[in-house]
Amino acid sequence: MTEDHQDSIGTSRRSGSRFRPARRPPAFIAVPAAIGLALFALPVLGLLGRAPWSRLATLLGSDMALEALRLSAISSVSAAIISLFLGVPVAWILCRYEFPGRSLVRGLVLLPMVLPPVVGGAALLFALGRRGLVGSPLYEATGIVLPFSTGGVILAGVFVAMPLMVLTVEGALRGLDHRFERAAETLGAGRWTVLRRVTIPMIAPSVVAGIALTWARALGEFGATLTFAGNLQGRTQTLPLAVFVALESDRDTALALSLVMVVVSLAVIVALRDHWWRNG
Amino acid sequence: MARRLIAGSFAILLFVSCAGAGTRGSDRVEVLVAAASSLTDAFRDIEAAFEEAHPGIDVVLNLGGSSLLREQILARAPVDAFAPANVAIMEEVRAAGLVSGSARVFARNTMTIAVPAGNPGGVTGLDDLARPELLVGLCAETVPCGRFTRQILLKAGVTARPDTEEPNVRALLTKVERGELDTGIVYATDVRGADGVIAIAIPEVYNVTTDYPVAIMSGTSHPEAATAFVAYVLSDEGRVLLGRHGFELP
Amino acid sequence: MRTGLDSRLTMERSGFHLDMALGIDPGQTVALLGPNGAGKTTAVGALAGLVPLDRGYIRLDDRVLDDPATGTLVGPAERRIGVMFQDGVLFPHLSALENVAFGLRSRGVPRREARRRAAGWLEAVGLDQLSDHRPGRLSGGQRQRVALARALITEPSMLLLDEPFSALDVSSRAGLRRLLQDHLAGFPGPSLLITHDPTEAFLLADRLIVLENGSVAQEGSADQVRLRPASPYAADLAGVNLVVGTASGRVLTVGKHRLLVPEAASGQVIATIHPRAISIHLERPGGSPRNSWPTRIERIDHHADRVRVQTGHPLPVTAEITPDAQTGLNLAPGSEVWLSVKATEIQVNAG
Repeated sequence: MTEDHQDSIGTSRRSGSRFRPARRPPAFIAVPAAIGLALFALPVLGLLGRAPWSRLATLLGSDMALEALRLSAISSVSAAIISLFLGVPVAWILCRYEFPGRSLVRGLVLLPMVLPPVVGGAALLFALGRRGLVGSPLYEATGIVLPFSTGGVILAGVFVAMPLMVLTVEGALRGLDHRFERAAETLGAGRWTVLRRVTIPMIAPSVVAGIALTWARALGEFGATLTFAGNLQGRTQTLPLAVFVALESDRDTALALSLVMVVVSLAVIVALRDHWWRNG
Repeated sequence: MARRLIAGSFAILLFVSCAGAGTRGSDRVEVLVAAASSLTDAFRDIEAAFEEAHPGIDVVLNLGGSSLLREQILARAPVDAFAPANVAIMEEVRAAGLVSGSARVFARNTMTIAVPAGNPGGVTGLDDLARPELLVGLCAETVPCGRFTRQILLKAGVTARPDTEEPNVRALLTKVERGELDTGIVYATDVRGADGVIAIAIPEVYNVTTDYPVAIMSGTSHPEAATAFVAYVLSDEGRVLLGRHGFELP
Repeated sequence: MRTGLDSRLTMERSGFHLDMALGIDPGQTVALLGPNGAGKTTAVGALAGLVPLDRGYIRLDDRVLDDPATGTLVGPAERRIGVMFQDGVLFPHLSALENVAFGLRSRGVPRREARRRAAGWLEAVGLDQLSDHRPGRLSGGQRQRVALARALITEPSMLLLDEPFSALDVSSRAGLRRLLQDHLAGFPGPSLLITHDPTEAFLLADRLIVLENGSVAQEGSADQVRLRPASPYAADLAGVNLVVGTASGRVLTVGKHRLLVPEAASGQVIATIHPRAISIHLERPGGSPRNSWPTRIERIDHHADRVRVQTGHPLPVTAEITPDAQTGLNLAPGSEVWLSVKATEIQVNAG
């Protein structure tokens, strides 16, 4: 027994296998990982299997599809840009300043991530709708109505997607070694120079990741958009809404649009990942 | 502090789920009923009354746009009984071989113009749906309510200028109710159940009537319970409840 | 008014109190030694302008940088104090050249001019070949050279060197030390070297300050601190024996004396021997004979729990023994004894 034991140690030492990096993951990791990956892959495969490949061009050439594509492109990119310019300062405040109720504010910022989007849309309506808390005086004063407008779609996208920007950038700021900014100060850099030449370049990979995530989230946004902005072709009917509406009448168009969303999202995320997250 | 909060939340969740499990004995037969969203209030009342009469059966309502429900059924969702807002949809499901026995019409509905309390847009009839300054909502053309709406507008010769095409009638009604929309066309029954919404009748010559059929699905795993539920919908008790919610009865 | 640095640093932190006077003349280098938590980092922060003083003042040449009494506080960007941070703290997203040019760019020097001067400084620290490398591709020693160039390029009024050797291996230390020696010699302003390595302090500084628990435990020349340590810490860290000699292979020749050292070296080297590594015997010890030699005790200093024994010819060193051992061996000034030290206890630094 003892001899066997020693022998096995001796053998493994001789072959050196104990120190070689594992070639194949053990079953207790491989099996759940495979199931997890299947959960991601199977729905995509299902979509690919049912996709109306031969009629794809015709289906995507319809007015409804083209307008949904255009609107989704405009609104998701706008939402990502607005999230960038509002979300980074929010992350900054949350990370760099002590103030009473900070944890409450942080919870508030992350709320849209856990709220069902429909609830978020309803909340937006209560706040910014024509009869809403802020929307009502806004309408009285300017005649601007956010719901049922492309602006409303963008607003809904910002609402649900900006938490991802705040979360990503706050994490990056928190992880940033303050000594870099201090070193820059001792070299004569003012606040703006420190920000422009040290802080922002150093958190840039996370900011780009944040942009990708907010964009993807805004592109996929459905519940809050429908609740707050409604559904009108060419004005508020984004890809997800078009898919939802088409699913009830014209399944092939719905599948074709879904396919577009899968391909575009995957392409952008993979491209950004290769470009930034590898270095960052 | 945070940890205590989390622990507390979990405790509450656990308590609620246990309590739920307690009332919902595992010996009860579960009947899944897919019903058009316009039936929401009426079917909730029917569910309560039916479960009181049949303690061994637990009715679970899946309420949604009829077309969406059709898609779910065609994708073999385990539905026991189906009540869409449209006979044609039932026929499609039947054509797929998924209906057991016959479908029976149990209720009728008509359409009406809905405006928020106070009627801020000053809507008086179908013509107002073409006014560009009003925020107008319609049901999407892909759902029965939207198809009926377009039939009515076509007959009346009105070109509506919608600001949104809601994929289900409940969402449309909520937005009218909240005053976010000045007007919309919904089922007559919807307005009856809603506070803060006023109905403006559509002249009978333009209006459409829709029949609500109900049927047992061939894939049901509880045919007796499903049969009992459908029978209850068609019974006098069921008709009373449907009538209370504004449905016309065949 | 005196030129150079004139300061009194008084700061209260939760459970910590720093209070020290610190003056450095132009061209002079002072080493600030002390154990972790002694307040060295706090002092650096105060001088660099990263943390305000609670009381006291900081004057550099004719400028008041910090004086809570009058509410004067000059920010780090305007202090003109060059800081060489621990581990370099080079900007990871900028090349070596851009790192060095950073200070000039921040002060509004045009890009082309800043890069030209930065290239000159990189050459001065021997890194002109690596100017386009980012810090991630540089060795520890190379990074510190870039950090030095980055601190010096703005022609600061004062130089702060915060543990410049802490992350370096022995061979890089020697190179950086020589470079620092050159640049400190040519630097017109006051320099402060923060370190916990007495060897570096002895070699680079004109004056040593030992900081313990937020106050100055001892101040003086290297020899004063080394030979008359005023505290156990000073004795422990500053009391090492420095031996300067010529190495050839594993043999180190000091005057006429030869020591066997653990690793081969050549040329001028500085060896350090901890006093506790030296044993005292009444007769010639057995074992490794090459590192034992007869000598005479010149002086004995008593401390709380140890006794420091200074010996004379042929290799003057300080040994440290317990009071019991001193009593047992019956040692007194003038006693003839044998010293021995294991080769492995001798640390060799290239000179």
